[in-house]
Amino acid sequence: MSIEIKNISKAFGNFKALKDVNLKVETGELIALLGPSGSGKTTLLRIIAGLETAEEGEVYFHGKDAQDRQTKDRQVGFVFQHYALFRHMTVFENVAFGLRVRPKKVRLPGEKIREKVHELLKLVQLDWVADRYPTQLSGGQRQRIALARALAVQPKVLLLDEPFGSLDAKVRKELRQWLRRFHDELHITSLFVTHDQEEALEVADRVVVMNEGKVEQVGTPDEVYHNPANVFVLNFLGNVNLFHTRVEEGKAYIGNLAFQLGKKAGTEGKATKFYVRPHQFELTRTPIGGNSFRAKLRHVNPAGSIVKLEFISEWGDPVQVEITQPVYKELGLKKEEEIFLTPKEIRVETGESNYFDQVGFAGEGGGI
Amino acid sequence: MRKNQTRTEPRIIQRLLIGAALLYLAFFLFLPLGCIFAGALRKGAQVYFQSLAAPDALSAIRLTFLTALVAVPLNLVFGVAASWAIAKFDFKGKNLLLTLIDLPLSVSPVISGMVFILLFGAQGYLGPWLAAHGIRIVFAIPAIILATTFVTFPFVARELIPVMKSQGTEEEEAAVTLGANGWQTFRRVTLPNIRWGLLYGVILCNARAMGEFGAVSVVSGHIRGQTNTLPLYVEILYNEYNFAAAFAAASVLVFLALVTLFAKRLVERKFNEEKSGETS
Repeated sequence: MSIEIKNISKAFGNFKALKDVNLKVETGELIALLGPSGSGKTTLLRIIAGLETAEEGEVYFHGKDAQDRQTKDRQVGFVFQHYALFRHMTVFENVAFGLRVRPKKVRLPGEKIREKVHELLKLVQLDWVADRYPTQLSGGQRQRIALARALAVQPKVLLLDEPFGSLDAKVRKELRQWLRRFHDELHITSLFVTHDQEEALEVADRVVVMNEGKVEQVGTPDEVYHNPANVFVLNFLGNVNLFHTRVEEGKAYIGNLAFQLGKKAGTEGKATKFYVRPHQFELTRTPIGGNSFRAKLRHVNPAGSIVKLEFISEWGDPVQVEITQPVYKELGLKKEEEIFLTPKEIRVETGESNYFDQVGFAGEGGGI
Repeated sequence: MRKNQTRTEPRIIQRLLIGAALLYLAFFLFLPLGCIFAGALRKGAQVYFQSLAAPDALSAIRLTFLTALVAVPLNLVFGVAASWAIAKFDFKGKNLLLTLIDLPLSVSPVISGMVFILLFGAQGYLGPWLAAHGIRIVFAIPAIILATTFVTFPFVARELIPVMKSQGTEEEEAAVTLGANGWQTFRRVTLPNIRWGLLYGVILCNARAMGEFGAVSVVSGHIRGQTNTLPLYVEILYNEYNFAAAFAAASVLVFLALVTLFAKRLVERKFNEEKSGETS
């Protein structure tokens, strides 16, 4: 089922949780609502479920206005951050709940319910805990039971609020890969809320980046990471180096250094900032063009698939750089050593709005 | 004994403190309790049972039970409704409602009784109308039940509000997303979660309902065999210097209180077990 959200606004007292939010989710998509806490992502999810009402705007399910449909009639499966399993019921009864509360006319007979519940428990690979109580399960197990319970009523939409938020790192990783596979099998329209950009980028078909009650960008993980719409998205999705600069005649000045920018760069004569992602640096012993600058190596963290380096630039700002292990080995860097860094891609913040030009140069005249 | 390193008081002080506490308990609790039973049985078991079997005594016992039987279920329903509203919903006037729930605890029971006299008494606001229609409330059983209900109103709600608040609304929300209607959500999710807290509140409410003196005394009219509850009956007998009978009736009240306390203890244990189970 497709979902369309039109001009939704919601306030809690003086706090504006959502400001004129628009979003369209296609049938079968897996969408991540990504943002820092207080960005309104959970509120949006709850409005879709009908657990919260919007002050303005409409929600459409499959093209039909859902505003006057109560939560119980919306056919949404909701998985809560803290699972919200019924503590006085066994796992079996938890999963069976949605089937047992159906009106008599459409309720399945007891035997059918039993079959269905066991089928669902098998699906989440927890058939063997049917007789236990929620308190006897681990966090990851509870989460999967909560999912099985939500799926029992065959929801048209699955809504997950920080589904892995309270799990430890390893279980978290396993469970999110599992969720992705799960979604690929069932193809149920799903939205999940997260503040973990890695999680959103790894699992979702599309990512909705939210901030202060607004949608900043909607796009595939590739789009939002490589073509962030604004500074917030750039900052929120991965690390980025920020440098204060002045732009004049297509060049960004930091002290005496001038960085050649592309044609698009605006904001002539204004103080602004430019950004370079840690992996977008070329490291060389000799300068390879006008944009190369000196930097001294301060710290190395070689643990992991990439090597994280911390430099101090010649004008005194710290610079975070990430390179691959082979490159690191080949360079043979020593601490306190001076080297040349050349940004492969620079993003300059332009003027009044948050939006910015992107200036790429690796290859296109980097080595003058 | 050596395990507790933080305990530094010399043994003599410990013993003194424990001794003082025990003495205090003995003097203010066990001695009076013992006196009641001793007083009741002073003239022998025969007199004891005779005075309990007297028609007026039986009538008082019956009325006490009747009052509790009406007041407790009423407050059970209203207490659950009020705490459900307060703990699970946001609405205007919520704090006012909270304050009102506490009102019967903060005013003197005598005032609670006076309220009903002012309302339903012969000179009261509704008195003439009631008299014209031949309805007797004050100095009759309805007023006793009303006053008791009023006085015991806070017990269930006060017990339930913290329990319900601590449990939050997520389970109810989960039930609703699974298609449950309001009643199903309450009966299948909320009620089982609060059952021990509820029972605890009911026990406290019942204890007070059976023991209430002040408010009931004001509205009862003290008509023997008709509008005397056990506490009132005890007072009457006592004022007539009929000590053996007074203590006999009092012993019934004490016995009921002890049963209540025992039940409370059991429920409390169960209640705490469940609470600690949740946090693990």
